[in-house]
Amino acid sequence: MDLFKLFSREQPSKDVAKERLKLILIHDRANVSPAFLDMLKSEIIRVISDYAEIDERGLEIKLTKAGEEGINNPALIANIPIRKMKESTK
Amino acid sequence: MSTSIVITSGKGGVGKTTTTANIGTALAMLGKKVVVVDADTGLRNLDLHLGLENRIVYNLVDVVEGTCRLKQALIKDKRFDNLFLLPTAQTKDKTAVTPEQMQELVETLKKEFDYVIIDCPAGIEHGFENAVAGADKAIVVTTPEVSAVRDADRIIGKLEAKGLEDHQLIVNRIKFEMTKKGEMLNIDDMTDILAIKLLGIVPDDEKIVISTNRGEPAVTDSTSKAGQAYKNIARRLLGEDVPLMEMETEETGFFSIFKKLFRR
Repeated sequence: MDLFKLFSREQPSKDVAKERLKLILIHDRANVSPAFLDMLKSEIIRVISDYAEIDERGLEIKLTKAGEEGINNPALIANIPIRKMKESTK
Repeated sequence: MSTSIVITSGKGGVGKTTTTANIGTALAMLGKKVVVVDADTGLRNLDLHLGLENRIVYNLVDVVEGTCRLKQALIKDKRFDNLFLLPTAQTKDKTAVTPEQMQELVETLKKEFDYVIIDCPAGIEHGFENAVAGADKAIVVTTPEVSAVRDADRIIGKLEAKGLEDHQLIVNRIKFEMTKKGEMLNIDDMTDILAIKLLGIVPDDEKIVISTNRGEPAVTDSTSKAGQAYKNIARRLLGEDVPLMEMETEETGFFSIFKKLFRR
């Protein structure tokens, strides 16, 4: 049994557990549901689209642990690829 | 200076009552005057762990309702003169006691005892509010399983919301062999994820089953590894600097030497 494990590249299950827990606890602590994130995403798209042309499919919004000190404070990180700024804002 | 400690967890079945019985007994063995309070109204079990189930006449709800005096409801332990149990009712509904009444009761007990250890029901319902009401500090019990860890995190959040900042973690039922193989969350993983101070670790020990069957807490069995772990925890509560239990399992024979050679 152990011998087989030596040759397999399977990740130890505790690492999988840790990753899953980290992600779920961020959402638990912030009390944020995937539906809420979706809502937020479409609102952001709506607002930003007034000023810039963005790549909607490339838009990514996620919650992450904030910095080093405040482990209990998650941060909302949005990655918004901009194609070009709109004429009216220049 | 007496202290009230609530033993709590999010998930059920992680060993709260076992922990309460063992920490209570261990503190009594170390010469402290201790009362263990069962706050899991409706599902009383702490009496079974201590082997005192046949002695119960009055309970916590009777005290609160004024049916009996506090002294009448306190049951002295069979083995230790300075250990007492305040059992709870098995039949009354969970709303029979209010957090205010509980707080008053714990304050009264603190005048008499060095340590008041409260066994909290699992979860975050009414019973939790009661059990936490009079506590100076909390011990969160979890096991190295994803669901238990997630629920522990919820409880830590609840404790902080209640202003109970003094809380520490006990990781119960650690299988050292599985931890070594990387198939079970280890201590560093747990404290990293939960961001809480670690009070102690308890190995998974078959002897716990036997102790519970007999109604004799594991700390009274000098050969029990879990019992030893609980004794260490009790000493830490008294302010002693006791190192964590070694993760090594005893491996003997030719093959173990072989394995050790290849371990980094």
